[in-house]
Amino acid sequence: MANSPTCATASHARSEYQKNLFILKQLVTKDFKLKYRRSVLGVAWSVLNPLLMMVVMSIVFSFLFSANIENYPLYLILGNITFALMTDSTNAALVSFIEAAPLLKKVKVARFVFPLQKVLFALVNFSFSLVAVAIVMLWFRVVPTWHLVWLPVCLALLVVFCVGIGLIIGSLAVFFRDVIHLWGVILTAWTYLTPIFWDFQMLLDRGAPAWVIGIVKVNPMYNFVTFMRDIFLWNQSPAASTLLMCAGWAAVTLLIGIAVFRKTQHKFILYV
Amino acid sequence: MASTTAPEYAVEVNDVSMVFNMASEQLNSLKEYFIKLMRHELFFSEFRALKHISFKVRPGEVVGLVGTNGSGKSTMLKIIAGVLEASEGTCIVRGNIAPLIELGAGFDLELTARENIYLNGALLGYTKDFIDGHLDEIVEFAELRDFMDMPLKNYSSGMVARIAFAIATITEPDILIVDETLSVGDVFFQEKCERRIRHFIESGNVTVLFVSHSLEQVERICQRAVWIERGDLRMDGPVHEVCEAYRNQFA
Repeated sequence: MANSPTCATASHARSEYQKNLFILKQLVTKDFKLKYRRSVLGVAWSVLNPLLMMVVMSIVFSFLFSANIENYPLYLILGNITFALMTDSTNAALVSFIEAAPLLKKVKVARFVFPLQKVLFALVNFSFSLVAVAIVMLWFRVVPTWHLVWLPVCLALLVVFCVGIGLIIGSLAVFFRDVIHLWGVILTAWTYLTPIFWDFQMLLDRGAPAWVIGIVKVNPMYNFVTFMRDIFLWNQSPAASTLLMCAGWAAVTLLIGIAVFRKTQHKFILYV
Repeated sequence: MASTTAPEYAVEVNDVSMVFNMASEQLNSLKEYFIKLMRHELFFSEFRALKHISFKVRPGEVVGLVGTNGSGKSTMLKIIAGVLEASEGTCIVRGNIAPLIELGAGFDLELTARENIYLNGALLGYTKDFIDGHLDEIVEFAELRDFMDMPLKNYSSGMVARIAFAIATITEPDILIVDETLSVGDVFFQEKCERRIRHFIESGNVTVLFVSHSLEQVERICQRAVWIERGDLRMDGPVHEVCEAYRNQFA
């Protein structure tokens, strides 16, 4: 008959945690499959993309900014992929609730999984761009050092930071679609405020006003990018101030994110 | 919590009201919102889809929900299924639910049937091992073995419904919610679905909430009926009495 009593395995997840974990896995797998379905190069694109970007940017900017940067292409690609992890994950998390509308309206599902899904998916893509970094390091014969053990710490903090932002903007976007446009503007401004292709030293050398330097230093992405370059390029442990900044920003955004999400999530279904 | 002495109920609906804000226009932009806020024009007309509904269902009971279109039946089921949250009151559900409310909700049309079975299974709270072990059974029941690796967008709606029904009912749920889903698929599959639901009912362990516009079907399947009309609980009792009263309103 249809129901098999012989099956020894439990049919349902033992806890909400286990259930949500499986849902998350399935959703991230779904994103991954859909992204690369019917593309000839498939996953290779995630490696090629940052490489191509790096090549283009190095050609243009190496004449402008690279005077005192060793291994400028490596400097560039590290900045690019780190910043891209933030933009990709927050851009996707921004509309995650809105896009999950069909699901939210029909199925009982913990809502926080959607921004989390997008951030984790961006992390998966990020891991492929690390292959690109490895290629560049090989090319320039940069020998990796033990400082790379810091990588999980950096990524964990960055993911927490992105989840926090994702929860905030994702929740707000449900009620005000303007947030979607606004976020595009903020990201553009943020890109230029972060030393991705330029060098922080340049600001100091050219006597930038203290408040500009202050803003850049407080900028969370400056700290995350510096963290990445410390461990990959400059072969040193991150400075305590960098580490504290990253951890502090991660904690603050996550807390605000959770607060905003908790306060608004019950009304999502009426607005998505 | 300890004082609640009714673990014998599978579903407890306590004084549930559902209020929707019916904005005359939906405000999706900050500018509009602040302009309205400044002008003190930020009014919403309230729409009460459900008004102080209470009923309790024992495990193994088969309850039909009747009422005319737009009277709140589906809202009630969605609250019980946990999709909507009640504005007031509480709804306590004990056990796992197989919601056959909108078949194929949570399906991604770009994914293949096989991938969708896992995705949907996850949403239903199944474990991966369980789906692995029952994949054949699901495919068997849906009778779509040859199409397992085809994207769902190439399926007909009837085929999608078959897969959805097969996943949701592969294991005996504690509570089964059926919302007119039996009207999908061809006659043979409809009969197959009804047989499976009947099998659940006869086992005596499954609580069934059943919504249908076919009173005959309700009378055939249910023991008890709840009549919701324009958000009010009009009547709750043995199926024949309620259906009789429901019919008489049109007479």
